[in-house]
Amino acid sequence: MSKLSLTVNDTPHDLEIPESRTLAQLLRYDLGLTGTKIGCEEAECGICTVLVDGVPVDSCIFPAFKAQGCSVTTIEGLAKGEELHPLQRNFIEHGAVQCGFCTPGLIMTSAALLEENLHPSEEDIKIALKDTFCRCTGYTSVMRAIKSAAQELRGQAPLPVNEPSVRERGKVIGHSVPPQEVREKVTGQAKYTDDYIFPGMLFGRTLRSPYPHAKILRIDTSRAKALSGVYAVLTYEDVPGENLHGLVYRDWPVLCHDVVRYVGDAVAIVAAESEDIAAKALCLIDVEYAPLPVVADPVYAHSPEAPILHPNHPTGNLLKHIKVRHGDIDRGFTEADVIIEREYRTPIIEHAFLEPECSIGVPAGVADHEKLTVYVGSQIPYQDRNQIALAMGLPEEQVRVIGTLIGGGFGGKEDIAGQIHAAMLAAVTGHPVKMLYTRQESLIFHPKRHATIIRIKTGAKKDGRLTAVQATLYGDGGAYASLSDKVMTRATTHATGPYDVPNAKIDCYAMYTNNVPSGAFRGFGVTQSAFAVEQNMDLVAEALGIDPIALRLINAQKVGVTTATGQVLRDSVGLIETIDKVRADMQNFQWGWREGHKAYGWGFACAYKNTGLGGGAPDKAEAEIEAFEDGTIEVRIAAADMGQGIAHVVAQCAAEELSLPYNRVKVLLCDTDRTPNGGPTTGSRQTYISGNASRMAAGVLREALAQSAAELLDVPPEQIRFEEGLMRYNGHTVEFGDVVGWMKRNNLTPRSRYEYWAPKTQPLGTGGDMHIAFSYATQAALVEVDLETGEVHVLKVLSATDIGRAINPLMLQGQIEGGIVMAMGNALTEAFISENGVPWTTLLSRYKMPSIKHTPEIVSHLVEHPTADGPYGAKGVGEIPSINTMPAIANAIYHATGVRVFTVPVDQDSLLRAIKSGQPELHTAWQDVR
Amino acid sequence: MKLWERYHTPTTVDEAVALLQQYAGTARIIAGGTDLLVEMREGHHDPFPALIDITSIPSLRTIQIEKDTVYIGAGVAHTPIVKNPVLVERATCLVESCGVIGGPQVRNVGTLGGNVAHALPAGDGTTSLVALDAEVEIFKNGKRRWVNILEMFTGPGQSLLDSTRDVLLQFRFRLSGKNEATAFKRIMRPQGVALPILGCAVWVRLDESREYFDMVRVCIAPIAPTPTRISELEEVLKGQPANEVSIQKAVDTGLKVVHPRTSKYRATAEYRQEMMELLLRRTLPLAIERARTGKAIPEGVGLK
Ligand SMILES: Cc1cc2nc3c(=O)[nH]c(=O)nc-3n(C[C@H](O)[C@H](O)[C@H](O)COP(=O)(O)OP(=O)(O)OC[C@H]3O[C@@H](n4cnc5c(N)ncnc54)[C@H](O)[C@@H]3O)c2cc1C
Ligand code: FES
Ligand code: FES
Repeated sequence: MSKLSLTVNDTPHDLEIPESRTLAQLLRYDLGLTGTKIGCEEAECGICTVLVDGVPVDSCIFPAFKAQGCSVTTIEGLAKGEELHPLQRNFIEHGAVQCGFCTPGLIMTSAALLEENLHPSEEDIKIALKDTFCRCTGYTSVMRAIKSAAQELRGQAPLPVNEPSVRERGKVIGHSVPPQEVREKVTGQAKYTDDYIFPGMLFGRTLRSPYPHAKILRIDTSRAKALSGVYAVLTYEDVPGENLHGLVYRDWPVLCHDVVRYVGDAVAIVAAESEDIAAKALCLIDVEYAPLPVVADPVYAHSPEAPILHPNHPTGNLLKHIKVRHGDIDRGFTEADVIIEREYRTPIIEHAFLEPECSIGVPAGVADHEKLTVYVGSQIPYQDRNQIALAMGLPEEQVRVIGTLIGGGFGGKEDIAGQIHAAMLAAVTGHPVKMLYTRQESLIFHPKRHATIIRIKTGAKKDGRLTAVQATLYGDGGAYASLSDKVMTRATTHATGPYDVPNAKIDCYAMYTNNVPSGAFRGFGVTQSAFAVEQNMDLVAEALGIDPIALRLINAQKVGVTTATGQVLRDSVGLIETIDKVRADMQNFQWGWREGHKAYGWGFACAYKNTGLGGGAPDKAEAEIEAFEDGTIEVRIAAADMGQGIAHVVAQCAAEELSLPYNRVKVLLCDTDRTPNGGPTTGSRQTYISGNASRMAAGVLREALAQSAAELLDVPPEQIRFEEGLMRYNGHTVEFGDVVGWMKRNNLTPRSRYEYWAPKTQPLGTGGDMHIAFSYATQAALVEVDLETGEVHVLKVLSATDIGRAINPLMLQGQIEGGIVMAMGNALTEAFISENGVPWTTLLSRYKMPSIKHTPEIVSHLVEHPTADGPYGAKGVGEIPSINTMPAIANAIYHATGVRVFTVPVDQDSLLRAIKSGQPELHTAWQDVR
Repeated sequence: MKLWERYHTPTTVDEAVALLQQYAGTARIIAGGTDLLVEMREGHHDPFPALIDITSIPSLRTIQIEKDTVYIGAGVAHTPIVKNPVLVERATCLVESCGVIGGPQVRNVGTLGGNVAHALPAGDGTTSLVALDAEVEIFKNGKRRWVNILEMFTGPGQSLLDSTRDVLLQFRFRLSGKNEATAFKRIMRPQGVALPILGCAVWVRLDESREYFDMVRVCIAPIAPTPTRISELEEVLKGQPANEVSIQKAVDTGLKVVHPRTSKYRATAEYRQEMMELLLRRTLPLAIERARTGKAIPEGVGLK
């Protein structure tokens, strides 16, 4: 312990702290200023940025004692009392906040820029924010917010909000209201799991397998247990209930017993009084392994010689064979005038949500905790509860899961991470236990986007009509099933693209391997198949001499078309309008041209994506709404808001039904004791399903309120009108809150609950409606390729997205921009690399997601073809924008250079050599540079 | 994880040296920590009983210009180098290379001294210092001495310095004068670690007519385990007209004598060869132009 004197946010401090502190630790642990977030501790992500004597630094690698005598400014110090800093205000105004985990870092970095430069150009902003990452927004809104704040600081009016136009607005629906808790997010007050501290809290750590496949011969925890400060060391023997979890197949050990199946498999867990002791204890656990042969790729996994990884699985390493059969495939190809057949490959992709996983287990009996409670930022709180209960051998009612704010998920926070481990350690030690993963642990542990190999054959007639699609897909599911079954099913059913294809035969093999498991990831398998489908479309167009856009228009799905799974599309098929909108923006364009040593090209791609679980799975959500005498309501539903904004969607739906101003609606999400089940936040389902649940619960409440108002005013309830927080009848008015008060005095409960069931769907292979709705999108990308270096830059992306009905246009635009930039990362920068099952991508510095400097100009149009049963006609938007960007970029590269890329991320090295040697097809990517 | 125990902030070199002696090879020098702390987190080092921060020593935090020579302290971060008007004009390549290291947060704390002490085959600041023919003052075996930058490096990640005993104190080099100029450029890829596929710094002096090369220094990295100059190429240009034809000769020589390697997830040997040619074609004319006009505006700072 030594003395450190410094000023933080204008308050002087004299602290006695260990010299080993980093500035981030000092701020978060010693001063409780948890607005400064930690995302990597590698100086990579920049979200820990604070100002030291006005200069931005990464506080995660800044030794605290470097700040001796300095003045430090954090996000908490930016606002002047209640008055937000112009940056904070403009981040809210311009929709630059989604999950909010990066927000403190982005704002602090921007604050330093504006201190120096009140006239920042786009390039100045890119230079300043180059290493401060955001995974949600795609940066376009961030850029605008900064420019607008600069204007204000110069004494000018802020920039107008760049809101997409919508067809019609309701009272609250169709308006860009600010998301919930956004003020907390821009001021650093928002609490994510790691920001919670409980008295007597211990710290958990996990010992993970260093081998991709090995037998466990012996585990000896005695040395670790003997270490002073260690409270518990647990192994498979200590799992009180079933030692398995899994969302679809229960095949994933809570703690491995006899065998480990991937690098990262959990073998033992520790709770200790400090993180350091917990880390030390891990080194004292002796595990003896006998390495086993490794199954490192899905095609080998399918071969007879591959060792079987899950002996209990009836089909061996074949997790699932998924089939789509439609029409007569042979006839389809006989009728075709051209047939194009190619193979495409996509790598494993990491979600890189900026908040690493964190769970806190609190044992029953600790103050305010009647039962075993787990705090976690999870996408599926009720299933977490179910899985924790099974592993703990407890009835579900004896477990409570409280959802905290989530710093991004994108599908990567659906599987169990530390929830069960934290619960076990809490139960055994009697203390709250925090299980926070480091970035590096998060990277190797959590399920990813499937690597795929997709062979696809497309047949078409001279006039451009598609006659057949045949495809074989291999998906690398990794060591455990996770959501492979569902994800690869979407890849399969969407492998015709959003077209009218009369004959299809598609086979997908989802395989077990010894790689990191793969599961849900925004796009749910469709991102991968679209990469293949949309490039084959361009190849067909070229072979037929038809314009690529024309070819898509000829074949575009419309109302009345039957999909390859046998679903007749009855409404809400806005694909053609999305094509028209994007095409209109491309007036007077050429597909490809050259200027000096730069080549330019446009690429076009369409996509569709189902909304909801579909495939026969019961899809439902339940919402509860309570009204209060102060005229406010609270909507309660366990639906996860990981930044995409379900909280404001359910709030807007309820406000619309009750004609309440939006600011009178509070939302409580994800507490299994206080909020009914909204189901998993996946498959672009929440706006539709939970939006409907909220809307209908509000409808029930409205009837009850109308009834009471009617009695109060002594008129028939049908004649009560709801307006702006009032109830009216013929010139008489009562306040919303007064009616609530009246109800309470008359022993009526001003609370409603509604369980909404989505229309029934059919399993794959049985025909009929496999899905409740589809969203559609078209994108065109303009790329620049440097013919001297092979470097590729995306300059512009035009998009139009049919989302049924816009509930919140600005937030929708944020989903679209963020999805596009994320998918651009898939095309150009990202791959999670494993070498014979051993991850090479063990650091964030080895995994580059797009930074602000990569951000293209993005134009996004909303297309609204309402779907009958969606709330106000709305359907899902979460995934659709990140599906067609990758093929649009690939098609653009072809038009620019004459080289088609069949795998990603694009490798400038081999691209350059292909361009120079006139080789038209490129089958290697960055990870192949060896 | 606790990565170190004590954190010392000496204010004089003597104090720093005394601390190093006191810990007898177990404590380590830290400057900005942007390499060291990241490496420690990666588990490359066992936790240190102490770190000794040299950026708290005021005398190592200055940029001083004496006549035509500049002295840059080992504790000077990249940002003040990039913003220094004299360096912008008269050590342009150094500004261009320090200006592309990391983002602002890294440049605000990471130092040129750390870049050299880390001894990577392609540290961007180092590449330019080599072309500038800089000298380095080090404290080693109880005394201070000046060595040429090239003598510093003994292998990949290895230098004359043992950062648990020795201290890099400062750099000095001659600023560009009349008819002299420099340029730095590098080729990156958007994937994987932030190290250049290839970086290239050139220093040129034209003759009085400004039509002929008088002298040239070229550093391209990584092409060897330690930073090097390409003397054959420098020789070829000596006395030649400062034009396309000579640059072509330089390229031809480079292609003949330099054989870069393929490195995993970075670049193939073939690509590096191509990039070497390109970098020479991009930097040499730029340096010639700067030498002729006597004006230099750094390119690519902050973004490349
Ligand atoms: C996100 C990121 C991006 C980066 N990008 C680049 C890049 O593009 N190009 C590039 O070249 N580098 C890059 N780096 C690496 C690094 O930032 C630079 O090399 C920086 O200049 C190192 O300086 P430092 O002061 O932080 O060194 P430190 O980390 O403090 O020290 C580095 C090493 O040198 C020793 N050392 C430091 N100073 C002395 C001294 N005076 N005497 C004796 N030993 C000493 C230390 O003990 C340590 O071993 C990047 C780093 C990060 C985190
Ligand atoms: S840069 Fe500090 S947490 Fe990522
Ligand atoms: S809002 Fe930026 S990471 Fe989520």
